[in-house]
Amino acid sequence: MTHPQDQHPSQDARTLPARDHNASEALLERVRQAAATGTALRLVGGGSKGFYGRPVVSETLSLAEHTGIVNYDPVELVVTVRAGTRLADLQAVLAQEGQQLAFEPPHFGENATVGGTVACGLSGPRRPWAGSVRDFVLGTRMITHDGKRLHFGGEVMKNVAGYDLSRLMVGAQGTLGIIDEVSFKVLPRPAASATLRLEMGLGDAMARLAEWGRKPMPITGAAHDGETLHLRLEGGASSVANTQAQLGGEPDDTAFWTQLRELELAFFSRRHDDRPLWRLSLPHRAPPLALDGDTLVDWAGAQRWLRSELPAATIRQHAAQAGGHATLVDRDRAHGVDAPFTPLSVVMDKYHRQLKAKLDPKGIFNPGRLYEGL
Amino acid sequence: MNILFDERLDGTLPAVDKDALVTHLTAHLPDMTLLHREEDLRPFECDGLSAYRVLPMLVALPDTLEQVEALLGICHAQGVPVVTRGAGTGLSGGALPLEKGVLLVMSRFSRILDIDPEARTARVQPGVRNLAISEAAAPHGLYYAPDPSSQIACSIGGNVAENAGGVHCLKYGLTVHNVLAVNILTIEGEHITLGSEALDTPGFDLLALFTGSEGMLGVITEITVKLLPKPESAKVLMASFDDVEKAGKAVGDIIAAGIIPGGLEMMDRLAIQAAENFVKAGYPVEAEAILLCELDGVEADVHDDCETVRRVLEAAGATDIRLARDDAERATFWAGRKNAFPAVGRMSPDYYCMDGTIPRRELPRVLKGIADLSATHGLRVANVFHAGDGNMHPLILFDANAPGELALAEEVGGKILELCVEVGGSITGEHGVGREKINQMCAQFSPDEITVFHAVKAAFDPLGLLNPGKNIPTLARCAEFGAMHVHHGNLPHPELPRF
Repeated sequence: MTHPQDQHPSQDARTLPARDHNASEALLERVRQAAATGTALRLVGGGSKGFYGRPVVSETLSLAEHTGIVNYDPVELVVTVRAGTRLADLQAVLAQEGQQLAFEPPHFGENATVGGTVACGLSGPRRPWAGSVRDFVLGTRMITHDGKRLHFGGEVMKNVAGYDLSRLMVGAQGTLGIIDEVSFKVLPRPAASATLRLEMGLGDAMARLAEWGRKPMPITGAAHDGETLHLRLEGGASSVANTQAQLGGEPDDTAFWTQLRELELAFFSRRHDDRPLWRLSLPHRAPPLALDGDTLVDWAGAQRWLRSELPAATIRQHAAQAGGHATLVDRDRAHGVDAPFTPLSVVMDKYHRQLKAKLDPKGIFNPGRLYEGL
Repeated sequence: MNILFDERLDGTLPAVDKDALVTHLTAHLPDMTLLHREEDLRPFECDGLSAYRVLPMLVALPDTLEQVEALLGICHAQGVPVVTRGAGTGLSGGALPLEKGVLLVMSRFSRILDIDPEARTARVQPGVRNLAISEAAAPHGLYYAPDPSSQIACSIGGNVAENAGGVHCLKYGLTVHNVLAVNILTIEGEHITLGSEALDTPGFDLLALFTGSEGMLGVITEITVKLLPKPESAKVLMASFDDVEKAGKAVGDIIAAGIIPGGLEMMDRLAIQAAENFVKAGYPVEAEAILLCELDGVEADVHDDCETVRRVLEAAGATDIRLARDDAERATFWAGRKNAFPAVGRMSPDYYCMDGTIPRRELPRVLKGIADLSATHGLRVANVFHAGDGNMHPLILFDANAPGELALAEEVGGKILELCVEVGGSITGEHGVGREKINQMCAQFSPDEITVFHAVKAAFDPLGLLNPGKNIPTLARCAEFGAMHVHHGNLPHPELPRF
């Protein structure tokens, strides 16, 4: 068991990870009070992803003071961290050991926390190749509706005992319980990385990606902006160099991936374009959807960003026909839409409600954040 | 035998009039194969955990989804428990039948519905064998990554139900990381699809929740898995060590060098000798431990990584390092490991395979603990270990015909799992809890945690009809058998001889 502070005693305190502060007891007390009085709680980490979901009108419970890395053993490829720890702080500690969160989570603000990252379940450009947030969650400590702190999963790579409550927390947006601590699988950063620009149309790019996808190529990022395929190669020095030589293209700025992940490319700017921004999650080989608007394709086709004035129902219908779904990503809450996420089918809705009723019977955790009444 | 279903501890099962149920099912499902005579039921009395046998009340072998739906509808209406079974190769008794339940056998759903090389997916019925998917994908240069050692026989529905693993999990993940979507029939007969070919779905991640839920939340009727391109190159290094601890440390050193091997396996002296006697893999029988390290990927990287790993192994004190010269020798190196279980089986009338996981740094302590248990209980234990991901498979050798030896083996196994929990690990890495580890669940989880599991179960199966008694113990069972695990108090069978 090592702690980063122990390994780098001389390091400037400002670059150290978040203060080691265990606020579990205070959080448990707040939950017990809320349960006793039936008060709903709006769970907030760094507040960077508050826009990603329906507004929750209730008392705020901040997790921002519940910080610190509980356990990090690079050789075990496992880190356990408190929910309020800033994502950037965790990533800095991992980087010191040459490791990373391979799912490349978006921050959407410097105060983004680990808990919010897991609760929102968002992954970055590497997702189709490396896996998503939930693929890297090994365990959680969660605070339940009755004010208990329980442990599911663990700090080992493989653990199939009991139901997988840890991965269920990913993307549940805090509606089933409070994420108190998370254990992640971490991986070495790639030895080599290169970013290429290949000028080609979307059709050509999709055809090439389909072909490359059946080969063992070191691709970990593929986005098309309408004119150019941006391709990231990561792996061993030899394979990256060989693949780059084989594909040609122009070397590109590696900051592209950060800007894409953080929705900071010009395409996403509201100054340039105030049409609503939709995230379409589709089978990667789905043909372009016949929807008016501009599209930026990420995840080799599996995630497509659409700027369009079309009604939500139209966009969702096209996405569903293509085998996927559409989410309104309204960072400034400019569009006042009440249902950012695709509605559930009747049967799925029933089981969501039954699960919510079992894990949060009084409805105190982020009520309505995902769907009305959930 | 305290793991068999005991209504006093595990909950009362509804009393069902078998003859009336047979008459009803035959009338409503005349075309479905329904077995009810003892001689027909006998082949289904156990799964891969053959030490435990229970004759099911009835066995249903449907051919169509409509039959499964109608069967569930009738069982739901009449309050009849349903245990779902695939190929029956599971090692934890997850498909152990109930005397008062119907065994729903999905083995006839064995069609590969679609291999889509463009999408890199396979859509299959639950009874399709694991290896059959990779074989069907092979002409496209693709394969399905999880490879449990029973992959020739085990079916994909069971793999999803148990969240099966294999020797390549550290790099390629478990079943949960390789399944895109499953179709489910609920106990109420509703069809739902969890997951999708798109990489995420709205709402809760129920696909993750259902994976590994041991048939207790729904019945899997169709599965879409992700296919991966076959690695361009794969090489295997075999390193010998004169000390198990040095081998364990070498595993950490390889990871610390920034390398994630495709497979990283360790075997101890007894396992090496058993495997060598059985398959003549060329293993060094004088070594205390060997490591098999497979590096796969793009050819140029594999070559570089082999050099790095060789240097790391030398520095870690390996007494001999051999790189498989060609694919034939690579297959031979692996044959010893993949046949380790049957090889150990030749050394002893019976063996009991454990499945604990630990943080790798705890390996020396756990191996010493296992050696001590072996010595004090007089049962030999061979160790094979998915070293890369900390998943141990100690094989406890015993003779079921010798009075008390099965109980003794169970006891050693239970203590090994408790040791895994004590050092921060888990009682099961890839075989599942099933019925086998039902008592050890009480060591890994507190009563409050177990209560949450029951709440999840009740959200999907309020009557508790799907595979009752598996995976999650009742608090009554924990009170009876769990206390000793937690507190290391009295042993379960004080009357048994110990030597």
